[in-house]
Amino acid sequence: MAEKKESDERFKKFGTVSFTSLTKTNDFIDYLEKGTIAGTRCKDCGRVFFPPRADCFQCLASHMEWFEVTGSGTLVSFSKLEYGPAGFQEDVPYSIALLDYGKFKVFGRIGKDVPATEIAVGMPMKTIVNRLPNGQLNYVFVKA
Amino acid sequence: MSRVAIIGVGQSEFVRAYPGSVRELAFEGFKEAMRDARLTTKDIQASVICSAPEYDKQRSPAGVFAEYLGLNPQPTFYVESLCSSSSMGLRMAYALVQSGLHDVVAVIGFQKMSEISSAESQERMGRGADIQWESPFGTMMPAYYAMYARAHMAAHGTTLEDLALIRVKASTYGQLNDKAVYRKAVTLANLSHPEDRMAGPVASPLRVGDCCANADGSSCVIVASEEKARVYCQKPVWILGLGAATTSVNLAGRDLFTGLTVAREASRQAYKMAGVGPKDIDVAEVHDCFTIAEMMAYEDLGFAKPGEGKELIRSKATYKEGHIPVNVDGGLLSKGHPIGATGGSQIRTVVLQLREEAGPIQVKSPEIGLVHNIGGVGLYGNVSIFGR
Repeated sequence: MAEKKESDERFKKFGTVSFTSLTKTNDFIDYLEKGTIAGTRCKDCGRVFFPPRADCFQCLASHMEWFEVTGSGTLVSFSKLEYGPAGFQEDVPYSIALLDYGKFKVFGRIGKDVPATEIAVGMPMKTIVNRLPNGQLNYVFVKA
Repeated sequence: MSRVAIIGVGQSEFVRAYPGSVRELAFEGFKEAMRDARLTTKDIQASVICSAPEYDKQRSPAGVFAEYLGLNPQPTFYVESLCSSSSMGLRMAYALVQSGLHDVVAVIGFQKMSEISSAESQERMGRGADIQWESPFGTMMPAYYAMYARAHMAAHGTTLEDLALIRVKASTYGQLNDKAVYRKAVTLANLSHPEDRMAGPVASPLRVGDCCANADGSSCVIVASEEKARVYCQKPVWILGLGAATTSVNLAGRDLFTGLTVAREASRQAYKMAGVGPKDIDVAEVHDCFTIAEMMAYEDLGFAKPGEGKELIRSKATYKEGHIPVNVDGGLLSKGHPIGATGGSQIRTVVLQLREEAGPIQVKSPEIGLVHNIGGVGLYGNVSIFGR
């Protein structure tokens, strides 16, 4: 009898609830484990992708390398949720937000410890890895 | 090129929880449109069924509905673009008729959202966005639109009171609409009083009163060739322009947060095809799933310059008597938003307006009407222009 092939389901670890298990960008989780947020860059045309992707539609090729998201971005907008969708009710309240790094943008959450009164559109923030109480991994924005 | 007409429109009442199955719900909108067009089921050459999946259990609803509505053996198929599904269905029907493949096509939109809880439906809606990279953060529709509201406020000085004025307008007309799920008055005081349910926080800066209600409902639009329209219909309403556009699903792939690029692109296409501009529009239905969505629509459609949408609502220019009446049927905010049925319901309102059969909400002698219907968080945009 053939041995059952093990599938690489690392991506199940992303976020409070992950809706994806199999992806060619699974290494993203390894970078998170090491404390790094990483995007991908096409080796052929140099186009930068965040969130990372395995394939470049511009080159119709799949020659990607990882790069580290460093420095700070500008807060484009944010919203504090007082009510959570199914699976997220225990996280409430939390704020989702978007940071603009110039060549790419990052969608995520604002860190729980950032005081609400200090959050404003246009402020500089940086992205750090965050381990959730249930052992899952994501990333959050904190003051730069 | 010959023209394509709408010869019949119908919708069910939009309700909190429909006491029947999805095929029975679909029958309600279909029946009204068929009676309106004075057709029998043999006259319908094909049907296009539109909804967003996963709210009810029926897979492949098209075949089920075709049988229940007496549309066998004619072909049927399913179209989905989230909340703009039935506008996309209209686009398909237009193509089927304009190609000469069929002369009369029924576009049937439906949604039964009450089979699951509100938290579950928010989770489903959140998964109409990027499930790999955004949904794991706990996203939902109000929060995404709230991010647009925050950006619009920061860039243009739009206020919470401006957004509340849009809700007040919706309720003014929702009270007159016997198909609307929410028929009560909403005042500025409701939205500003901290104890009031309407002022309760959902996703800052949006409050309960800034959000449309989930609803169960169905709609039906019957599309015909010019030749058939002349035979069947006294007052055909012509499809003058159709526009449709897409953008990045993930907000990280977008550059505009004070408007929707899909609405700008779809309206550009529709205006060009119709040979008209924003000033020619006499009545409009826009996708006000949230108050900020209507504000952005004013600007994206060219009714106001970017950042100046607030002046339209402050001056009541978008009321029935104003120079560009918008959502005088109560909009999604008061009428309710049964996702797949919404576009068809918007089209129905504009068709009735152009036929001057809109009763208490009739605007004065409109010649050209517009429907703006958005799917997801500005992921899909459909703009359709109609004339009499």
